[in-house]
Amino acid sequence: MTTPSSPPRAPHQVLDATDIARVVTRIAHEIVERAKGAEDVVLLGIHTRGVHLARRLRAKLAQITGRDIPFGTLDITMYRDDLRLKPARALEHTEIPAEGIDGKLVILVDDVLFSGRTIRAALDALNDIGRPRAVRLAVLVDRGHRELPIRADYVGKNLPTSLREAVQVRLSESDGLDAVLLGDRDYAARSSQALAADPELPE
Amino acid sequence: MTTYLIRNAQILGGAPQDIHIVDGVFAAIGEDLDVQADIDIDAHGLVALPGLVDLHTHLREPGREDAETVLTGTRAAAMGGYTAVHAMANTFPVADSAGVVEQVWRLGRESGYCDVQPVGAVTVGLEGKQLAELGAMHDSAAGVRVFSDDGKCVDDAVIMRRALEYVKAFDGVIAQHAQEPRLTAGAQMNEGRVSGELGLGGWPAVAEESIIARDVLLAAHVGSRVHICHLSTAGSVEIVRWAKAKGWDVTAEVTPHHLLLTDELVRSYDPVYKVNPPLRTAADVEALRQALADGTIDAVATDHAPHPAEDKDCEWAAAAMGMVGLETALSVVQQTMVDTGLLNWEGVADRMSHRPARIGRLAGHGRPVSVGEPANLVLFDPAYRGVVNPDTFATRSRNSPYRGMDLPGRVHATFLRGEATVLAGELVER
Amino acid sequence: MKRHLVSTADLGRDDALLILDTAEELSQFSGRAVKKLPTLRGRTVVNLFFEDSTRTKTSFEVAEKRLSADVINFSAKGSSVSKGESLKDTALTLQAMGADAVVIRHHASGAPARLAGSDWLHGSVINAGDGTHEHPTQALLDAFTLRRHLNPGPGHDLAGRRVAIVGDVLHSRVARSNVHLLTTLGAEVVFVAPPTLLPIGIETWPCRVSYDLDSVLPEVDAVMMLRVQRERMNAAFFPTEREYSRRYGLDGTRLAKLPEHAVVMHPGPMVRGMEITAEVADSPRCTVVEQVANGVSVRMAVLYLLLGGAVFADGHADAPRTELQEAAQ
Repeated sequence: MTTPSSPPRAPHQVLDATDIARVVTRIAHEIVERAKGAEDVVLLGIHTRGVHLARRLRAKLAQITGRDIPFGTLDITMYRDDLRLKPARALEHTEIPAEGIDGKLVILVDDVLFSGRTIRAALDALNDIGRPRAVRLAVLVDRGHRELPIRADYVGKNLPTSLREAVQVRLSESDGLDAVLLGDRDYAARSSQALAADPELPE
Repeated sequence: MTTYLIRNAQILGGAPQDIHIVDGVFAAIGEDLDVQADIDIDAHGLVALPGLVDLHTHLREPGREDAETVLTGTRAAAMGGYTAVHAMANTFPVADSAGVVEQVWRLGRESGYCDVQPVGAVTVGLEGKQLAELGAMHDSAAGVRVFSDDGKCVDDAVIMRRALEYVKAFDGVIAQHAQEPRLTAGAQMNEGRVSGELGLGGWPAVAEESIIARDVLLAAHVGSRVHICHLSTAGSVEIVRWAKAKGWDVTAEVTPHHLLLTDELVRSYDPVYKVNPPLRTAADVEALRQALADGTIDAVATDHAPHPAEDKDCEWAAAAMGMVGLETALSVVQQTMVDTGLLNWEGVADRMSHRPARIGRLAGHGRPVSVGEPANLVLFDPAYRGVVNPDTFATRSRNSPYRGMDLPGRVHATFLRGEATVLAGELVER
Repeated sequence: MKRHLVSTADLGRDDALLILDTAEELSQFSGRAVKKLPTLRGRTVVNLFFEDSTRTKTSFEVAEKRLSADVINFSAKGSSVSKGESLKDTALTLQAMGADAVVIRHHASGAPARLAGSDWLHGSVINAGDGTHEHPTQALLDAFTLRRHLNPGPGHDLAGRRVAIVGDVLHSRVARSNVHLLTTLGAEVVFVAPPTLLPIGIETWPCRVSYDLDSVLPEVDAVMMLRVQRERMNAAFFPTEREYSRRYGLDGTRLAKLPEHAVVMHPGPMVRGMEITAEVADSPRCTVVEQVANGVSVRMAVLYLLLGGAVFADGHADAPRTELQEAAQ
């Protein structure tokens, strides 16, 4: 671990609860608009916080379209390419809507888009589950630094970051409040034990 | 011959005295001796004991020279403070004839590190069916007095009775390896809580005790003496105590490992702890210590059982039984008996030299450290503390259960009939 | 770097639940058209079987292949083992082949512990049954099956449930693994057997012991029948097959004494007519076939967790590195 010359900066908030609510609403509208009424849309949330976001999107879409959008959850752990590097983790529940995803427009939902490896794993998982008509990606934050040719179709906020920084997404479902924080990795590392929830540093 | 002057040795742990060794005997013993010698030894802080006698050693030659030879085994014995060892009969070929026991005896004499007294087999090929030529072995140059099928039990009651009777003719003794074979078929370790949990075949205490009970009764019936090898259970102690109280001529030995180690160690499944008889429970260990202290058990005998690495570097069931013990015996006895206050050094000399020599009818060993006696002597440093490293042992094998353990004491010097076999903790090459 | 599954005694409650929950999650994949997961791609798993066992070996093999591992079957028959090669040399060979995990079945109790404790190989050691010692994955699949029937749901244990294990406890590795695991999960275990087939010292085990099957049946949530080998008769463990099945066999009459919700389990292979009648074996309350299916999920979970770097109970292997430390390096 490198020792920074100056003390690590405390995380500062880049999105608050209102911002997040607004962003979810906007993305929902974009989906309805671009997916032509979202008739064959299936929302798949990627664990953990992608599932919370997908649920919010689903509620929002229900408001807008007056229909129940099929919704599922995806744990991509078994498809990760870094199993050798990290301790095995407990699996979250993967649940595919009963009607399946064949011929559907699947919208993957995640909180932060970073290297793109999670999405790569999610695409592999989808491949084993069925054959969607098309797959789209919705994320709350795109922080850049892609390592794979992957981009998001719906982005809540583009957040230029340095690799020294960590993006922490807090959602009330798991963290008690809604916020997106940006701070130094080192700071996050030091305070991680103090944080009630695991600071989300995806990928 | 080299003459030695040992300064300030504590004979049997007593006040410091000088010991002058000339021509193989103790020439003078006293304070501030005014004599000259070729070699002076400062024995300040060292305990002087009569050379130790082992009733139970496996030297493996002939047949398993990859595990041990008479030469390497006697070098190990000297390093452990021994001046005489009884070489067990389970060699290949079995020491069941005058020819084999004489061969072992001669190899011992050639080694020069300690006296080797061969033990003769009780039955031909250790098979328990037909008596070996016990008289011929006694009459041979080896002069065998102790007979044992060790490794196997003489389980046939009639054969045992006849053997006990027959050796009376030349003051021999049968040393019984007490193990009822049917009760121990497939046995891998002490039968008890640990064997049940580990799923290893159990070796019940009763398999040992029932044979001891039978044999002390047989010995009493025919008026013979019987010696019990490596007694390992509290129940065995009770039977021997009872037999002795009856006035019967029963003697018994215990190994150092049964004084220290328990079957809990088997939980590691490390075959270095696999031994016959098996390691027992803490209660057994305590009973054995008490019995050695009160004299119910007469002797400490090593059951030094060397095995090549491949016979231990395997799964438990496939591993050979036995542990090397010559080079750690005195240290284990110090830890378990002396440091615990159960036995003083005089008692150690009795259990590790005097009594084993008497049981084996071994002339010239187990004698007191006094003027005119053969100079068989060990100088032992009880203050030494060290970690056991079998890789430095003189024995050819490395199967010591004490690897990595802290054991007290170290042999500083050993003398066999006035010649040093070990000096300053090192073997004297010859 | 050591991560092994040698004994269920090494599994704490959290470890056991992690395995069961993971297995539960993985079990849904077996219903898919594409059952394979890429998780262990490029990892080599060796099935080292010194003892014949078609069902356990097949179960492991299916689990390994579903996780995309490279599978090598190293059976003692037809290999140099039968020519006297030692366990050590076999292990060194597997190490040289780059085995990431070794699934070992051995007739000697403690052989897997010996492998795990040695420096002969560096991969994970998974005990697939050793002598009369343990069979941890069997106990895990038993617990998995029990939980599905008695207290389904992630994170759920078996607290307050009572399981009778009936038969040759003395020689049973299944019984030993189960007594540890089921009690860790909060269940109460009752061993039922003739006294000759119970190990010395069983009074110190965390279980109850009964010699009377009929009195136990009405109060249990599950009864697990152990296989009784006919050869035991010759060593005088019991007089005759007929007497054994009369006293300790499970038949229709005894089945009726069980509470309605209780299930009948058997690790297989069953000896019909001995410890279990055909009527019971084929009844819907008998979970034997389910147990086989669950075996694959449980073994996938164990392989994933061990090869993925999980360290069970008090394991001293690599301290789990946090993502943060990872990222900072």
